[in-house]
Amino acid sequence: MRRAELTVAALLLLAAASAAGFVVVYALDSIGHQTQLLGLTLGAAFACVAAALVVAGRHLVPVEDGEDEYGSPAPEAVDQVAEVVEEGAVRMRRRRLLAGAGAAAGAAIGAALLAPVVSLGPAFDLAALARTPWRRGRRLVDEAGAPIPAAAVRPDEFVTAFPEGADPEEIGSPVILVRLDPARLRLPAARRTWAPEGIVGYSKICTHAGCAIALYRAPLFEPAEQPPGLVCPCHYSTFDPATGGTVVFGPAGRALPQLPIRIDRQGNLRAGGTFSGPVGPSWWGVRRGRATS
Amino acid sequence: MIRPVVRALDERTHAAPFGVRALRYLFPDHWSFLLGEVALYTFIVLVATGTYLALFFHPSTAQVVYHGSYAPLDGTRMTEAYRSTVQLSLDVRAGLLMRQTHHWAADVFVAAIAIHLMRIVFTGAFRKPRELTYYVGLTILVLALLEGYLGYSLVDDLLSGMGLAIGYAVALSIPFVGANIGQLIWGGPFPGTADFWSRMYIAHVFLLPLLIATLIAIHLVLVAALHHTQFGGGRRTERRLVGLPAYPAQAARSLGLMFAVFAVLFLLGGLVQINPIWLWGPYHVADGTNGAQPDWYLGWLIGALRLMPSFDVTILDYTVIPNPFWGGVLFPGLVFGTLYAWPSIERRFSGDRARHNLLDRPRDVRWRTATAAGFLSWVFLIFLAGSADRAYVLFGWSYETQLQIYRVLVFVLPPVVFWLTLKVCDELRRNEEVSRRRREAEAEARAAANRA
Repeated sequence: MRRAELTVAALLLLAAASAAGFVVVYALDSIGHQTQLLGLTLGAAFACVAAALVVAGRHLVPVEDGEDEYGSPAPEAVDQVAEVVEEGAVRMRRRRLLAGAGAAAGAAIGAALLAPVVSLGPAFDLAALARTPWRRGRRLVDEAGAPIPAAAVRPDEFVTAFPEGADPEEIGSPVILVRLDPARLRLPAARRTWAPEGIVGYSKICTHAGCAIALYRAPLFEPAEQPPGLVCPCHYSTFDPATGGTVVFGPAGRALPQLPIRIDRQGNLRAGGTFSGPVGPSWWGVRRGRATS
Repeated sequence: MIRPVVRALDERTHAAPFGVRALRYLFPDHWSFLLGEVALYTFIVLVATGTYLALFFHPSTAQVVYHGSYAPLDGTRMTEAYRSTVQLSLDVRAGLLMRQTHHWAADVFVAAIAIHLMRIVFTGAFRKPRELTYYVGLTILVLALLEGYLGYSLVDDLLSGMGLAIGYAVALSIPFVGANIGQLIWGGPFPGTADFWSRMYIAHVFLLPLLIATLIAIHLVLVAALHHTQFGGGRRTERRLVGLPAYPAQAARSLGLMFAVFAVLFLLGGLVQINPIWLWGPYHVADGTNGAQPDWYLGWLIGALRLMPSFDVTILDYTVIPNPFWGGVLFPGLVFGTLYAWPSIERRFSGDRARHNLLDRPRDVRWRTATAAGFLSWVFLIFLAGSADRAYVLFGWSYETQLQIYRVLVFVLPPVVFWLTLKVCDELRRNEEVSRRRREAEAEARAAANRA
């Protein structure tokens, strides 16, 4: 008993010392590993109090089981509650009418209070979801706003491009560009002119869950490796840039929208029109946009 | 000294009789009964550290250029939300300790609730009369998941932006109303308006914590009103509970546990780095990174999203149900739907409508234990599938092959686990039977030897 008391007192004093250490470390202006020392001192203080309580709980306080009865339902009280409630309504004769009117008032007031929720956003303007800044003739620019010459798109690398003068933070903006061997392209017939010099452009936003396609699988040793693929790092949907962005692996349900690319007289890249389909994650009613046909 | 204080209080509150009952309230003793307490004490740390963080965090999407003390980010375009989080981490004294402790506490909070839930399911503690306690607890878990998601989304680092993109796609995927709901929540198409940040912020620091705290209070009141469950044996019966009184024995233990939880969380927060957001960089719609993983408690959802093969429900060229619906809405709906329905399902199949204060040993109710184990293995497998990209990086296992294997295993493994668990339960019970008979035989033999 005596030893336990001394142990508890020692642990509590240790906790006090450790907490004081926390204040000292906090007060020091420049000190290495301050976060670690703060965590260590505060954690140690708590740990000492915990240990003191455990020792006290085992040796210093009575540890005797008690017994008690579990409660049980009280049918008499249930009857009383029901009676009291019924007595309150005893003068009401046309209860159905009153209940109906009450329900109507409740529903209408509830609807009225919920109506302002519509102000939160353009809930019924679904066309906004498909809007993109891309237009025929719009220049492709890099992050800094500089035009992108065709030569900047090199084999086995991808380039991220944005529409000149538009907000880069719209999901309709970013485009991923890769250069493929023109002989290997298998684009749909209608898109034959969309890939000058083999440069193809696709929306950089995955059609599955809206993350940016940040990985390009470029085969370094063609015979043994899989063909080029645009990969989303969120759920690894993989799209084939040679066939119009068709899904070759992963959960995405529809192809990446393709952007027709042109090379202007200065040798810079421009859009030949807008995307082949809606950009970003799908919603009900969105058209899938056939990539191959 | 104590008496005058209590008297003064009682004269103004008439609470002394309640005080007696509270001090004498009995806690049955078993280590697994402490899991819920761990969650409770973690919640205290979350509120305390979270409040401290809120004193420095700016929930704003205003675009700024960083010129702070962290040189690698100098000149980077970012939102005020991200800038203020970097600043509170690296320039506010004790800021990083609080932020890391907050993050660790969130991970521990959900873990403690999840393990507590397993204990409740495997021992049948959810049965009458405690169904309401169970539903309230489950709802706390749902809200905790949402609260955690909002917490790391608010920072606006690269990972949180990717997580929000996924959340947006999942909202959009709900048939017939998803696009409208998404537009309402985000205030427009992704990444949404500045209002969206105000909405996440009030939800994370006020609405959800308030809801969770209220539900915790209801949960505890229900627990106390009905008393704790206990394992049977000895003097412990359906009518009579045996346990340690709240004061002093249980108070010492429980407070000891509380300080131990505080200690672990602050030691983790100080010594083990978590979510170093200055390394991830700010989010921009056009940016992404490989090996992106959410906090552990959303791993099961990312697993489901990744596991689902390319499949949308379509009519002609029109989409009806987009892919994220399966992993992001249907799967969690199925998991939580099953959990909410479990007490009714079990009542239906067993026909057991009696009140229960004694817990089942898992082996004694073999079909429930086996069903729960099979179900758990299914969710856990999908959770594992979410880490296949890490396995690819660590061990070089082909990602695509791993996914094909998982796609088969999710159908094969749960029945196998179900069957195995049945066998294990039977074996455990048979063992007990054998040792009981042996004890009896030995006792008989001793008695016979004594007579002889």
